[in-house]
Amino acid sequence: MAARAQPVSPWPGLGAAAIVAALILGTLLAVAWRADAAVRFGGADWAALRFTLLQAVLSSVLSVALAVPVARALARRRFAGRHVLIALLGAPFILPVIVAILGLLTVFGRAGWISAALGAIDLPPLSIYGLHGVVLAHVFFNLPLATRLLLQGWQDVPGERFRMAATLGVDGWAMWRLIEVPMLLRVVPGALAVVFALSLTSFAVALTLGGGPRATTIELAIYQAFRFDFDLGRAAMLSGVQLLLTGIAAWCALKAGQGDGFGAGLDRAVRRWDGTGAGARVLDVLWVGLAALFLLLPLSAIVLAGLGSLGGLPGVVWQAVLVSLGVSVASTALVLLLAVPMAATVALGRGRAVEMAGILGLAASPLVIGTGLFIMVYRVADPAVLALPVTALVNALMALPFALRILVPQAREVVARYGRLGLSLDMAGGPFLRHVLLPRMRAQIGFAAGLAAALSMGDLGVIALFADPDTATLPLQVYRLMGAYRMDDAAGAALLLLILSMGAFWALDRGGRWNAEA
Amino acid sequence: MLKLEGCVIRNGAFRLEADMEVARGRRVAVIGPSGGGKTTLLEAIAGFVDLEAGRLSWDGADMGGLAPGARPVAMLFQEGNLFPHLTAAQNVGLGLRASLRLRMDERGAVRAALARVGLEGFEARKPGDMSGGQRARVALARVLVQRRALLLLDEPFAALGPALKAEMLDMVMDLAGETGATVLMVSHAPEDARRIADEVVLVAGGRAHPPVETQALFDDPPEALRDYLG
Repeated sequence: MAARAQPVSPWPGLGAAAIVAALILGTLLAVAWRADAAVRFGGADWAALRFTLLQAVLSSVLSVALAVPVARALARRRFAGRHVLIALLGAPFILPVIVAILGLLTVFGRAGWISAALGAIDLPPLSIYGLHGVVLAHVFFNLPLATRLLLQGWQDVPGERFRMAATLGVDGWAMWRLIEVPMLLRVVPGALAVVFALSLTSFAVALTLGGGPRATTIELAIYQAFRFDFDLGRAAMLSGVQLLLTGIAAWCALKAGQGDGFGAGLDRAVRRWDGTGAGARVLDVLWVGLAALFLLLPLSAIVLAGLGSLGGLPGVVWQAVLVSLGVSVASTALVLLLAVPMAATVALGRGRAVEMAGILGLAASPLVIGTGLFIMVYRVADPAVLALPVTALVNALMALPFALRILVPQAREVVARYGRLGLSLDMAGGPFLRHVLLPRMRAQIGFAAGLAAALSMGDLGVIALFADPDTATLPLQVYRLMGAYRMDDAAGAALLLLILSMGAFWALDRGGRWNAEA
Repeated sequence: MLKLEGCVIRNGAFRLEADMEVARGRRVAVIGPSGGGKTTLLEAIAGFVDLEAGRLSWDGADMGGLAPGARPVAMLFQEGNLFPHLTAAQNVGLGLRASLRLRMDERGAVRAALARVGLEGFEARKPGDMSGGQRARVALARVLVQRRALLLLDEPFAALGPALKAEMLDMVMDLAGETGATVLMVSHAPEDARRIADEVVLVAGGRAHPPVETQALFDDPPEALRDYLG
């Protein structure tokens, strides 16, 4: 009997998945093979491991704990600007890390706004470097994500339950115990695991705000072993440790988490009748206001600090802009070439292995993959020449899991809804792809492309490993300007980077939805 | 002639046996309890579900191994018969060429088919800008240009009101009369079967029973049908 007919071929997706798996597993093998058994996991390494875990635990606990009152307030209040604020909570995901760090420095740094205010009343300035700086930056990035994940939990509580509670006169503490605590017990572990996993692999934060014997993460230690000591065996050994950590964390996050915080309809306001007391109102306003301030202040700081120097930026910055645009375009194209066929194959119901390949990227950190790629190529080619292609490739691999999360549900929907019609019209293959699948997925493809472009544009990771002093992407150039204490130029370049990342996301996402039918 | 000889169709845990013949040009209503396998029977004939055993043929030629698009079959589903991002003309044109690269005369055929179902001048409209009845007509226009020998209807008009539904059924039968197509139509409503069908196939208890003349069947219903009609 012939295999059941399919509207599109599963083979391109299987091929793409095989390439992804081979690349990631290949680099991991290279790391394992090169890891020097003679290198001992010494005192400094234990310190790095302890610091990595400590900052990740603190970051996730703080992010989620603060997200609870914020999400609770957003869930039960309706106010003007609510949906703008909720959309804004999605922004840190595509915000270039180096931009946010510069913004945080402008507000919380030694010469920042708060230190200046403290100085005015004769108090010592803040120091943002070290553990608390790293945690502050991670909370800045992950508080919004945790809020969205928890808000999802609140949205998933059936509206009838709130109506039922309202008829029973349930309010305040009773509502909290009866409905909200059980819901949080379900949602919080997933949110903790996601933030923990993200904090483990975050590199740019540790690079700029950490460092030194007391604030070095494993990810940063890999970079230092590589860059300063050029000790490949040691870099590979540390990569192995990091791989173990991230693998376990990613596994836990996948097990514990249901939502991904991308969900549409988060701005839908469920009608609520509780929390009408003055105390509850004041508390909610306070939490939402503080969270908004915490997110908006650093961003406004960058805009204010950058505007002045935007006109007189040095030539190297514009050169870096061109480089970043090129890397971003290549990375985005790569993501789509891999993700669209993979999503189609998953939609056909043939995709267990494809889905596995898709999430492999979550288990490996960019620097681990970068180290592996370096080990694979450095004997045959000059790594500095390959810096940009490798950056585009690693960016694409890192964006792939998110792109698949966006594309797969819609691909499933299109195949389920129009697959049989397409088959009965003899459209299998090219015609179905051209006339049905791609047009029907346009909005999701645009969203995924925007995400991939912005992530690649803002990435400061593997490029730091490979680049020679003459090449830089825009984020790396910002970092170099900061290192040279040219803070005005750094702020201007960071503002430019912010505009480019957000602009790329906006243009691609908008382009996908432009003139699209429901 | 459509022939199902010793066919066994399995869809997950569901199993349906079918042994029947339908002569060319007949209009057959497929009735039976919901979940009884009416849709599964049509899906097997259209090629969306594989046969586990038996032979499925049209005019003596085995079509069990053919892809759905290669069978002499046009099908209208319960919903989603049009692509919402394509115009009415493109939706109809797909019945002629899946690539949508139509020749001049084919474009003319599309226009003529739309006119035949009363949608002259609707070529550039998209389904979102049309009423439910107009959308059903576009799907019928496509069936018309497809010129397939066998037309399978899986309750495509279920969402329409009674008067509109009756109008559509009459139009289907007129069109089938013009092209000489054989029609198999799933229905929940015995009055629809009485209205348009020459024969009735009862699908119940894991079996698709051979077709029986409509009048004779309703005059003296067998037990399985009595159970269904209540």
